[in-house]
Amino acid sequence: MLSMKNISKTFGSLEVLKDISINVDQGKVVVVIGPSGSGKTTLLRCLNVLEQPDSGAVTIDNQTIDFSQKVTKPAIRELRKQTGMVFQNYNLFPHLTVIENIMEGPVTVQKQEKSTARETAVRLLEKVGLGDKADVYPYQLSGGQQQRVGIARAMAIDPKVMLFDEPTSALDPELIGEVLQVMKDLAKEGMTMVVVTHEMKFAKEVADEVVFMDGGYIVERGAPEEVFERPTQERTKKFLNLLQH
Amino acid sequence: MAKMYLLNSLFLNAEDLQTLQDSFLPLLKGVLYYTIPLTLISFFAGLLLAVITALFRISGVKLLSGIARVYVSIIRGTPLLVQLFIVFYGFGNLGVEFLKFSPFVGALIALSLNTGAYASEIIRASILSIDKGQWEAAESIGMSYFQSLKRVILPQATRVSIPPLSNSFIGLVKETSLASTILVAEMFRKAQEIVATTYQPLLIYMEAAAIYWVICFILSLIQDQIEAHLNRYIK
Repeated sequence: MLSMKNISKTFGSLEVLKDISINVDQGKVVVVIGPSGSGKTTLLRCLNVLEQPDSGAVTIDNQTIDFSQKVTKPAIRELRKQTGMVFQNYNLFPHLTVIENIMEGPVTVQKQEKSTARETAVRLLEKVGLGDKADVYPYQLSGGQQQRVGIARAMAIDPKVMLFDEPTSALDPELIGEVLQVMKDLAKEGMTMVVVTHEMKFAKEVADEVVFMDGGYIVERGAPEEVFERPTQERTKKFLNLLQH
Repeated sequence: MAKMYLLNSLFLNAEDLQTLQDSFLPLLKGVLYYTIPLTLISFFAGLLLAVITALFRISGVKLLSGIARVYVSIIRGTPLLVQLFIVFYGFGNLGVEFLKFSPFVGALIALSLNTGAYASEIIRASILSIDKGQWEAAESIGMSYFQSLKRVILPQATRVSIPPLSNSFIGLVKETSLASTILVAEMFRKAQEIVATTYQPLLIYMEAAAIYWVICFILSLIQDQIEAHLNRYIK
């Protein structure tokens, strides 16, 4: 479904990703954890080419981009149409109402009829529990509500994979639950997801595979009970220990 | 004797009122036929030029950003009065029929080029002020560069740019008076003509000043309305 092969990325002289490969099967949830600066967000951003890797290849569904060759913009846009991205800071369009935010991709990019796009948007809003907020502006919502709109906006383009970049890191603690709940529902429905997060409880509950990254490498990966209960690598143990304090 | 004259010129007598009344219509004609059209056309032409220049500047293409830099540098580095003279008298004297502009067209060209250069810096700053996350969100739902620009970035940049652009617009209203020097019959040239026959410089120039002020005051009211509308989505 989704794979990343031998991806490397440097910023200046800093190697952020070193020969990373991952595979995500249809309907599976992969949670990426690791200390800040480990490269986990960059990994996610390489998947929809918000960062362009220096080498390696990304495949989503049946489309492959090989970064050792010249990459065209249309190819990148095609790939992005297969992925929905949820950002740490929501990045909603402040000048558009909630429903306009969700309709923007279908109408502007996919050239859907406005009425069709609106129907989908209403359905998605109800799904994230915000059916009554269609016509308000993002600033009128709490952080948790904004992030749920962010998820609905990403879902609206009918992606094959959903990418979550620390979706709850900017939220007040009491608002985290509502966003995680929406994500759990998505996972249950069989959405393929790659999630970068610090929410270990979510990882344990929802993940099919946990990937622990440090220093641009994948240090350890496996089922959540293995990685969390029986980590084999020293660095994983250290990191998990730190989280318990 | 001198004191008497000063007092007389400060208070309006019946004759002065008549002069004011007689001059008002010609001045208004200058406003309606020249000052306002000159302002509006060169502002919007300048704005178009400004957006293109700003996009050239931030394009990351060396040739394009180079062209933009040279244009802005030349216009900002030379007086508008000199630019007007070059376009009208200078080009007009080349003997090329195509470059012999009427006073009005000459003024339009110089004022548009001038506005375009200054406004391009406003547009550029406004675009750069929009959070990088907005570009990424637009691209993440599959938008191209120009779709992102049109649907996400420029609408937000517009809000940021309205106060400084209003400054440019109001400035432009007054700068049209320089077109009097290349024979455009705008309001200030009318005023000069009236002074030549009435010998009432203080009275007539004050009247012209008052008309400029009224126009600018109305514009600042319109600016308030636009700002209120564009701020609807801001807390």
